[in-house]
Amino acid sequence: MKFEFFHLMPYPELPDDFKEKHQSVWVDPHSSLFDPEVAHRAYNEYLDELEYAAEVGFDGICVNEHHANAYGMMPSPNLMASALARNTKDAAIVVMGNSLALYNPPTRVAEEFAMLDCISGGRLVAGFPVGTPMDTTLAYGQVPVTLREKYMEAHDLVMRAWQDPEPFAFNGKYTQLRYVNIWPRPLQKPHPPIWIPGGGSLETWEWCARVGYLYAYLSYFGYQRGMQTMKGFWDEVERQGLEPNPYHAGFLQFIGVSETDEQAEKDYAGAADYFYNRCLHIAPHFANIPGYTSLRTVKAQLPSMVQQASQMAEISTLKWKDFVDRGYIVAGSPATVREQLKDVIQNLRVGHLMVLLHFGNLNKETVTKNTQLFATEVMPYLKDMWPEYEDKWWINPVNQPVQRELARVN
Amino acid sequence: MPDEKRVSIRDGLYEIRYFTAGQGEPLLFLHGSGGLTWARFLDELAKDYAVTAPEHPGYGESSGLDALDDMTDFALYVGDFCDAVGIERAHVIGHSLGGMLAAEAAILQAEYVNKLVICNAIGFWRDETPVLDYIITPPEQLMAAAFHDLESPAVAEAFKAPETGEEMQQMLYERTKSFMAAGKFAWPIPDRGLKRRIHRIKAPTLIVWGEHDGLVPPVYVEDFQSGIKNSKVLIMKDVAHMPMYEDPDGFVGAVKDFLKD
Repeated sequence: MKFEFFHLMPYPELPDDFKEKHQSVWVDPHSSLFDPEVAHRAYNEYLDELEYAAEVGFDGICVNEHHANAYGMMPSPNLMASALARNTKDAAIVVMGNSLALYNPPTRVAEEFAMLDCISGGRLVAGFPVGTPMDTTLAYGQVPVTLREKYMEAHDLVMRAWQDPEPFAFNGKYTQLRYVNIWPRPLQKPHPPIWIPGGGSLETWEWCARVGYLYAYLSYFGYQRGMQTMKGFWDEVERQGLEPNPYHAGFLQFIGVSETDEQAEKDYAGAADYFYNRCLHIAPHFANIPGYTSLRTVKAQLPSMVQQASQMAEISTLKWKDFVDRGYIVAGSPATVREQLKDVIQNLRVGHLMVLLHFGNLNKETVTKNTQLFATEVMPYLKDMWPEYEDKWWINPVNQPVQRELARVN
Repeated sequence: MPDEKRVSIRDGLYEIRYFTAGQGEPLLFLHGSGGLTWARFLDELAKDYAVTAPEHPGYGESSGLDALDDMTDFALYVGDFCDAVGIERAHVIGHSLGGMLAAEAAILQAEYVNKLVICNAIGFWRDETPVLDYIITPPEQLMAAAFHDLESPAVAEAFKAPETGEEMQQMLYERTKSFMAAGKFAWPIPDRGLKRRIHRIKAPTLIVWGEHDGLVPPVYVEDFQSGIKNSKVLIMKDVAHMPMYEDPDGFVGAVKDFLKD
């Protein structure tokens, strides 16, 4: 069983009346809310938190890509990954990831990921998200109905750029290049492991199962709601007659570990409220863009759409107890968290648990405690799950990586 | 009521559902972003003309959106459609997205276009008076921008509100499908270069605009008027983006006068 420490890098000082005075945390949050000095402090603390996670034994550290988003300050996760590659030794650098259709030409992704793989000594996990509607169609102006086709074409180009030993010409619908010949090339052969973050789209289940990419369901609503989506993926794996290897799947979960269950509420309730009531304050019409989701998936989701809308509307009424009861956040003493996570891992059948131990505006001290308690009191008790399966979706680093100290000139 | 027909074009590249009514000179109606709603204005036009109204590829029961990469493809498709249904030359009315399409067809497929009516059309962009981002605008705001008087009997007659949950779901689905198709030609900015080509329109043209249009403000009339030499303008009072639905008599009267002129 593997654990990856995931950071969203939220802006930590959205005002108390943010929800009342502003339409959305994403796409059009006003620039007057942004103080670069706050970001300076936040970025450096967040990098410290990721590096600390690597130090205390997390298998991987994750960063991701968002645009015009006050809860995700990483328009370029590769910049973060590159800083992390230098300051960590053996943790996987999971970039979750680069939204392929947004790069012009997409060979930029092949190049930067290859750089990261070389710098880190083969520790890169290459994530290829389609990107949310807010990131892709609103912030980056992509035409919704052609986004997935453009994404698939970019995927084909990147994969070939990594593997074809000869320079080649690429005559795509969205990208035309006379010479594709990237330098550097990835260290991992034939290429770094590919992870695909998905929502509940039928096409992504089919594709990940068929081509053998890891399917990661990144939800902010916990394992109870994640059950249905993960079941969809595993049903598809079964339908295709494949081995139901838990390492084929990952899941994202908010977690808060404290000395006791009562202390957990004291430590994490405020940050949870900040996350759900400020960070997730997203204008509904930004999230539902015609053409972003395939008609097949729209048809499949229609009956539950009204229910989903009411769940979003309900969030502002939820309290700490609701977040915990509903599994949005797994929180409590190490024993409580251990027990729950064992169920989560078994029920969702995931070999990779991506954990958000920082959320909302949680301070560094508490994040450090959370990380330390998780690494010492929770993780070791769950590491031996799924012993009968091989993780075929993992990094393959060089045996003797060059260390930062060795390269430093004193 | 019109006749419902279907035609397969270019070996099934497009499977198009279309409606026809009336006798006389051919008249082609190209619907807007929201899709085709056959309403009284088309029945009235059919009293003097042979009206044909197709659902564009990707809309309603028509397929073939994948075959249209851009406005050039879309405009050429209009010629393919006319060939397939035996229209040699028609008066063309284009509304909203259909207005941009009609303009492009009048440039690239001029031989098919007799007289042209462009109504509350997209196709241009002004920073100071942007076209509404209608593809993502919530339904209530969109309706308020599209109609001057939502309570008018003409609007109620043309657009029936869904009564059951199933009808509601179907409406949501159709709306998603329509705007999905429209996004291909109108997102993120509905400027696909018409300003560089519009001078090529030679057809006599009537530019009709609802004075209260909250989607495409009437200032855009100037772009069409200055671009098309042989054009005249009619600004309709007390209507917004949907003049033919809000004031069918006024719209049909003006169009017939223009076509007979």
